Amino acid sequence: MIAGAGQAKRPLPLAWIGLIPFFAFAVLFMLLPAAYLVIGSFQDTAGNFTLDNLARLFQPNILSAYWISIRISAASAMLGALLGFFLAYAAVLGGLPAWIRPTLMTFSGVASNFAGIPLAFAFLATLGRTGLVTWLLATYFGFNLYAAGFNLLSFWGLTLTYLYFQIPLMVLILTPALDGLKREWREASEILGASRWQYWRHVALPVLWPSILGTTLLLFANSFGAVATAYALTGSSLNIVTILLYAQIRGDVLHDPHLGYALALGMIVITGLSNGVYLWLRARSERWLR
Amino acid sequence: MKGSRFGSWLAFAIGTLYFLVPLISTLEFSMRMRRGEYSFEAYRVVLQDPRFQQSFLYSTTLALATIAIGVLLVLPTAYIIRLRLPKLRPIVEFITLLPLVVPAIVIVFGYLRIYNSSSWLPFTASAWATDLLLTFGYVTLSLPYMYRAVDSGLRAIDVRTLTEAAESLGAGWPTILFKVILPNVRSGILSGAFLTFAIVIGEFVFASLLNRPAFGPYLQLVGANRAYEPAALAIIAFLVTWACMGLIQVFGRGPRSARPSL
Repeated sequence: MIAGAGQAKRPLPLAWIGLIPFFAFAVLFMLLPAAYLVIGSFQDTAGNFTLDNLARLFQPNILSAYWISIRISAASAMLGALLGFFLAYAAVLGGLPAWIRPTLMTFSGVASNFAGIPLAFAFLATLGRTGLVTWLLATYFGFNLYAAGFNLLSFWGLTLTYLYFQIPLMVLILTPALDGLKREWREASEILGASRWQYWRHVALPVLWPSILGTTLLLFANSFGAVATAYALTGSSLNIVTILLYAQIRGDVLHDPHLGYALALGMIVITGLSNGVYLWLRARSERWLR
Repeated sequence: MKGSRFGSWLAFAIGTLYFLVPLISTLEFSMRMRRGEYSFEAYRVVLQDPRFQQSFLYSTTLALATIAIGVLLVLPTAYIIRLRLPKLRPIVEFITLLPLVVPAIVIVFGYLRIYNSSSWLPFTASAWATDLLLTFGYVTLSLPYMYRAVDSGLRAIDVRTLTEAAESLGAGWPTILFKVILPNVRSGILSGAFLTFAIVIGEFVFASLLNRPAFGPYLQLVGANRAYEPAALAIIAFLVTWACMGLIQVFGRGPRSARPSL
């Protein structure tokens, strides 16, 4: 498409050579390590082919780790998508003062990168046993959060913490999509007598749907692979799959590296699927939102 | 959209509350180290801790090395793809998205298995080789962001005309790449660089599993053993992240352009 008339005469062998470093890097530091684990998960310790490792993923301890990880990721992805949608909608289409939008975008850029261990510290200082909110609730409202069954080191505690980077990520990704909603569509539907609800039901949501669903899947993968926040928050007390894999690498807790490989393979499959569908949906949504 | 403004304000208010309360709590908590009064004691203790200085310096050095290697790897590739081999674009884009598909902990697990001290490429046999492996790991983590930042920078300029103009003036490939193209995509590269910096400074899994004295493992150690210092460190980390994003705003087109696939 960009091959000009002058260029066609001078093919450049250098171009291929120039790509060698990139592909060599990709093979050495991405493809080979991943392939090693994938192949290893189909081998026993003697190197023979086996499906035994995958079968052993279905023991209760590992299965429950996957299940908790999937639930936390799903909860934080769906809540993050929902709240992020409303926040982005309010900033883009909600008739708020003009300064709010750039402020929100900048803050979202910061918060979506404020993950890991510092985020865990922040939530410990907020909702931990001696956290400010816990203390405020107990002192001024006589409400003991922890006696009421809340625990930061639990499913909901972790989900609440993950939302701190999930919501901003949704805002960042969805804002351009909301910008892509053309004003003419709304005007046309209003002229044709459509109500606000009908406009959303039949025009806006069908156009936004791939972006919303796709981003939700991206958020899912995002929290599924997270280790540091959970580790700093709960140590190894919460049995999620990344923590289990971390413990396996550190201390061989499964007493079999090949079972560890299978654990990693399971993670690649889950994040790969959700990211793959995300990319597919994103390509679809680009049809409308140019 | 008459009655909807209330809903917008409500969403904005709830969002503000959710995002500010943890920051305020952390700040308040970090200043409670001295009994009965607010002070910056925790910050003083943290900043004077030699392990803080060492680990922060270590991570900063690695971040700079990561950025340098990342640019050297990504700039020629994105340039060649754009100018000469657009057919390979989907493959290269797919590769640069891989670090988002394969979780970091899985990648480092692979490193530990392939490059252990008795392997064909014993990266973990000595400290400096492990540092190198860690840096390559960080380049991998930052690849999706770096590639998109540089690529969108290239999209904004007329690569073909610049290249032909430089060629007709007798410039060689290194000159074209580093004296003509590089200055023109500087803002894109800087966006990628600051995002990379933010990622590397806070990274925990790679450094921890490769046993290197980086800032992330130091944070984890302090978090497990101290009360007030972690809150001070969280505030410092937040400020560093904020500074990186602010610099992206200054030099580039906002953090949005540096994020992948938006």
